[in-house]
Formats: sequence, C-alpha cells, structure tokens
Amino acid sequence: MCEACDSFLDRMFAKGVLHATGVDGLYGRGASFEAVVDGLDRLITRLASDDAAEVIRFPPGMNRALFEKSGYMKNFPQLAGTVHSFDGNEKDHMALLDAIHNGGAWTQGQAATDIVLTPAACYPLYPIVARRGPLTPEGALFDVQSYCFRHEPSKDPARMQMFRMREFVRIGAPEQAASFRERWLDRARDFAERLELPHHIDVANDPFFGRAGKMMASSQRDQALKFELLVPIESVEKPTACQSFNYHQDHFGSLWGIETSSGETAHTACVGFGMERLTLALFKHHGLDTDGWPKSVRAALTL
Amino acid sequence: MLATIRRLVEEQGRLSAAADTLRDDADLYASGLTSFAAVQLMLALEEAFDVEFPERMLNRRSFASIAAIASCIAELKPEEVA
Repeated sequence: MCEACDSFLDRMFAKGVLHATGVDGLYGRGASFEAVVDGLDRLITRLASDDAAEVIRFPPGMNRALFEKSGYMKNFPQLAGTVHSFDGNEKDHMALLDAIHNGGAWTQGQAATDIVLTPAACYPLYPIVARRGPLTPEGALFDVQSYCFRHEPSKDPARMQMFRMREFVRIGAPEQAASFRERWLDRARDFAERLELPHHIDVANDPFFGRAGKMMASSQRDQALKFELLVPIESVEKPTACQSFNYHQDHFGSLWGIETSSGETAHTACVGFGMERLTLALFKHHGLDTDGWPKSVRAALTL
Repeated sequence: MLATIRRLVEEQGRLSAAADTLRDDADLYASGLTSFAAVQLMLALEEAFDVEFPERMLNRRSFASIAAIASCIAELKPEEVA
C-alpha cells in the first residue's frame, strides 16, 4: 500500500484508529483514539482543577422546545439535526416497509420527537441555570460535555458530523465573563505547548447562514467576540479550529432571563474543546502509533 | 431618505433612545443596537428602498449610524439622493 498517496483519514482507517461507517464525518473510534481523548480530558481537568466548576454531562440530544427558543435555527439552520420517529398505524407500517424494500422514500411519514441533536455542549445548560434563579455575586462556572451534531459531511477527518465538545461556561457580570475568557486564552498557549502542537490563536466567526449571517459574522469579528486555537491538520493554509473562546455578551443571559445577584442581565462566555479535533491533531503531528509519541506528550496525557 | 431611515431605525433598532433624538452621525451601537437588531434593520431597509446590500456592505460599519446607512443607500440608489 502506498502510504504517501493515501489520505490521513485512509491511513487512520488502515490502522484501526478510526473505523469507516460509509458516511463522511461519522466514524467509529478505536482503542488508541479513545485513549487519547481520555488523556486530553484528564489534562483539561487538571488545567481547570482550581476553578471548582460544576460538572454536568449531557446526552447527544436536547429538548426540542428549548432548542427552538435558543434561536439556533435563525443562525445555523443548515447545521441542525432533528430526531424523528415512526408515528403511524399498521397500514402505514406496511407502506413504510414496502418503500424501504423498493429503495423508495420512506421518511416522509416520520414525525418529529421532543428531541433534537445537541448542536453545542452549552446549549442545554442555559435553561438549567435560568431555572435556578438569580446568580450569586460570584456568578457560576460549569464544566459541560456532550456529543454534538453538525450537518456538514466532509472527507476532512477534522470535520466530523458527530463529535464530543467539552466546554467551560462562565456566567456572571460582564467583567467576570471577560476575565474568564482572557484566562483561558493564556491557558490555551500552555495547553498547546504541552501537547507540542504547532498552533496560533486568531479572531474567528461562526458559520452563520445566509446574507444576514454575513453581517452577524462580520460583526462578531469586528468585536473580537470569538477566538480560535488553530492547528494545521488537513492543510497548513487552512488550519483547523481545535479550541474556541467565545464571549456572548448578554445574548444568552437575555434570551433565557439569567440575572446576576444585582438583577442585571448576566453575560456569558465559554471555552470549547473539540475533543476529536485535538486528538486528530495529535495523531497528525506525532504519528499514528501513540507508543512512538514524545515522552513529554505522553506524560502530559498520562498515557 | 433620512426620514425613512430614521423611522426604520426606530421600528427595528430597539434602541435605548428614540431615533428622532439621535444625530445623523450618532453611533447606533452605543445606543443599544444589537447584531440581531442590525440584521432586522438591514432587511427592513432593503425592502423599503428596494435594494440589496452587496456582501461588502454586510458589516457592522455600514449600519453604525443613520448617516452611514444613508451613504450605503445613496451608493446603491443614487436617484434617492436627488
């Protein structure tokens, strides 16, 4: 087999690091891949160990009604995924089986359930915080994680459709949210250096949909609301965002009615780790065999 | 044209001050124009003036003041200025 002419993704399949499913962006994970994800999780936990964040882990689906209220469909309709289930009688079931048997369309009879696929790990968090009432003067800090879905099939292994996102979310006064993000921007450099990954941090924007989205994206960049830690994976010219640092101002606070102890609308900020992307970056830069990785990197990941 | 823009800023901008108290060059963002409200304003302006803002105008600066909006409209529709 010619290693040089196979893509990074093909080589990971050949090594059993990832397993193909027949759908771009949807892969099984092998033992070595998961060991690195676990190592990253431990390293991130250590970085944040003094912060005493409240831990919440979410399933890959969220409440559809809360998703609708979140406004995600305003900005990213192209990325969202909904969960539908069969909702018919026996006759409908027969028609459904016939359609599948004949290779025809069979999903039109499916009805929306109360669940949509979680688009970002912090989305299910805000309504939980809002339900608790006003914040304490210290504000709140959470450590959340979820499998997330984004409908963007691609051969780029770093653009998965289902992937894990770990996030720290700070909710409080504007200066609390802003200083949280500054602290994580500093930590990110240390984090990438410990992993011995080539990287830089740059201003970024979310992939807002359509012409209105162009304005949202430009506005987000002008105000430097989003930064990303970029690591070359598939391309040096277009490095991959492995971590993001977001200041939402009062967007989520006002949407969900989250108040500070003094009755002001809370500001929020989050730092997100793309667990699969960070893992892929490590395999890309240190090789497909984790036993051969630099001792220092293996130590950082406690492998 | 300025009166129409001012009316749309009032209707769509959700500002902390009434639009007719704002100078033409007053910073609308400083008066509470959010990114979301700016998008609504952009769409309302397109409908009212029957224009389509090109991509290069779809940014924060184009909608930063009543005067900035007027100069965009004037560029897209020179006859409005007359």
